[in-house]
Amino acid sequence: MVGEAPVGATQAAVTRALKEAVVTGLLAAAVFLPLIAFTSEPSMQNTLQLETHWGLFLIIVAIIAGLRFVQILFIVPWLERRPSKPAAPSAPVSTARRLVVRFFAPVAIGLLALYPPLVIVATGWSGSLKWIDNFGIQILIYVMLGWGLNIVVGLAGLLDLGYVAFYAVGAYSYALLSKTFGLSFWMLLPMAGILASFWGILLGFPVLRLRGDYLAIVTLAFGEIIRLILINWVPVTGGYAGISGIPRPTFFGIPFTANEDGFAAVFGLEFTPLYRTIFLYYVILGLALFTAFITIRLRRMPVGRAWEALREDEIACRSLGINTTNTKLTAFAVGAMLAGFAGSFFAARQGFISPESFTAIESASILSIVVLGGMGSQIGVAIAAILLVGGTEIMRELDFLKHIFGADFEPIRYRMLLFGLAMVLIMIWKPRGLISTRSPTVFLEERKAIPADLLREGRG
Amino acid sequence: MEVFVQQLINGLTLGSIYGLIAIGYTMVFGILNMVNFAHASVFLVSAFIALNALLVLTTWLGMSSMVLALIIIMIVSMVLTSVLNWSIERVAYRPLRHSFRLAPLISSIGMSIFLTNFVQVTQGQRNKSIPPLFHQQITLIKSEVYTVAVSYEQITIWVVTGLLLLAFWYLVTKTSLGRAQRACEQDQKMASLVGVNVDYTISITFIIAAALAAVAGTMYLMYYGVVNFSDGFVPGIKAFTAAVLGGIGSLPGAVIGGLVIGVIETMWSAYFTIDYKDVAVFCVLAITLIFLPQGLLGRPDVEKV
Repeated sequence: MVGEAPVGATQAAVTRALKEAVVTGLLAAAVFLPLIAFTSEPSMQNTLQLETHWGLFLIIVAIIAGLRFVQILFIVPWLERRPSKPAAPSAPVSTARRLVVRFFAPVAIGLLALYPPLVIVATGWSGSLKWIDNFGIQILIYVMLGWGLNIVVGLAGLLDLGYVAFYAVGAYSYALLSKTFGLSFWMLLPMAGILASFWGILLGFPVLRLRGDYLAIVTLAFGEIIRLILINWVPVTGGYAGISGIPRPTFFGIPFTANEDGFAAVFGLEFTPLYRTIFLYYVILGLALFTAFITIRLRRMPVGRAWEALREDEIACRSLGINTTNTKLTAFAVGAMLAGFAGSFFAARQGFISPESFTAIESASILSIVVLGGMGSQIGVAIAAILLVGGTEIMRELDFLKHIFGADFEPIRYRMLLFGLAMVLIMIWKPRGLISTRSPTVFLEERKAIPADLLREGRG
Repeated sequence: MEVFVQQLINGLTLGSIYGLIAIGYTMVFGILNMVNFAHASVFLVSAFIALNALLVLTTWLGMSSMVLALIIIMIVSMVLTSVLNWSIERVAYRPLRHSFRLAPLISSIGMSIFLTNFVQVTQGQRNKSIPPLFHQQITLIKSEVYTVAVSYEQITIWVVTGLLLLAFWYLVTKTSLGRAQRACEQDQKMASLVGVNVDYTISITFIIAAALAAVAGTMYLMYYGVVNFSDGFVPGIKAFTAAVLGGIGSLPGAVIGGLVIGVIETMWSAYFTIDYKDVAVFCVLAITLIFLPQGLLGRPDVEKV
């Protein structure tokens, strides 16, 4: 890149970049000096012992200064030189793109359906448990939660930071009702959804008249209220200890146990815990696809169109006679119901739940999946869930990093750090998320993709 | 009666801390029209800066005068936290100023997650406790069953908060900087047309917000004597509640809101149950937003197309 610029300009550019790098380095040093260079550990006498990490501190400051240098010298000129593409709103969707869009969903669903057998063939019976459980089921739970929250945030434009509260309501409803009344998973699944959406309406009713950013902080507070109630209402919820021994789902009444009436015995198979995992995989796959399906159908219904209109401009909506409170409330309730489904599945899969699983960080993770994927885009949300949750799971496997950074290096500790950083960087790079083009639900004659920079949101 | 007076004293102390954080929320909201979620984490970081500065002073330099140490760590924390908040604004908010509505909000949520986890990763997960700086307290009312007392820490917090608010009030109402700030709050484009440097004013706003949060962080550390990486979240929401209760955008409102929230919290803990004290404050937030959305001192929100 430097070779293309005139020599004189390069000289000046290098000086400027160096100056910027030094300034950035000094700022980074000021910010990180108290946080990286000094740490403290409680000693035996319970007084804090100061520790210093000058090496790490200097490395991090040098990296930041170096990045700034590269940014000023190479990336900024490169961005400026790149011909700015004129936005082409009227360009029709190309044939190749149309084919991809047309066949992506069936192919992806087919692959997902074939995933457990493929994994079993690839890794054998004993090795596949981890892949189906940690990667398959775990990712699909987050895909489902992401799609559920996508209705609230992506379609209706309501920033909900307490989504995990409804997930918790679903999980605790299933756990308590199945332990107390012995009802089955399939009966409690809709019930958990109804209870969660009931809570959604209850919490949403007072707050949905508020502006977007107020709504965010109130939902955050409500999520925290529900968690505090779960912690403190010990006779019912078990407090911090949570609820254990939750009945597991059965295959149409046949339990997945090693007994004579268990799944393996009835079908004349050798017993392995894998059957339950595979069954759970297909259940969550079904639930996730159900979520996607109702989202697609709802977008074509008047209420879905009202949601999208509301996201774009609330004042215009109101002047067209849309009842904004009711419209928001339905989005909130549908999103909460889906979280309730996911929650009851989560409780059934784990067999144990505690308030630990429903922290505000969890809400933030789900929100970051929706945001990073591109609000409103289902495929984007799925890709983001695979990247973020799959990435987290892969981090658990990265043992070779211990050889580089020392034995006490645990990559998983950096998970939320990277989540937060990714949220900021994606917002700066692509404020609309990874998949930022939207195809309109309603169109004249021919479907055209709308580039992100043509989308403007109204207030509301 | 004695319990009530004691709780009132404790509540006003806590409320001073909330009020200082709330000013940061309300100032940034006034000028950028966004809830700065990262503000709670900035508060937390400032407490850790103060902690490490205190350790350097006492263990390396062997400082024994607690008053001097307190003044030094407060200044160190204010300066470094201001640098941090200035950088955050440059990196995470300025590029998004003309982006769509939710973008800066989400960026600030990301920044908040990043900062909290950064503190967790670098400083560890365990509670950090320091010995109390002062040991004396003044007894106000003494009866057989209950003694009402004011500790030196509480007096320090009141005095510092009072002085700081005076300086801050002078800055906002009497100086050209404050005038520029109020102009930017009303109309940024118009302010820039009459020669106000909007970028500079916004940067200064973030620096002031951080400095006030740093004082709150230092005093939080001093008052409780313990700090943990997760301590930013709940005070953050409470301070936001204070800002909303006082009327968002209103500076005296933020302080009054903070004091009210602090008193509500301590009274609730004393007379009802301490387990649900956070729930009580969050309910105040919801009730305020439903019945008094403009807050105690705020202007009603006029919607313009």
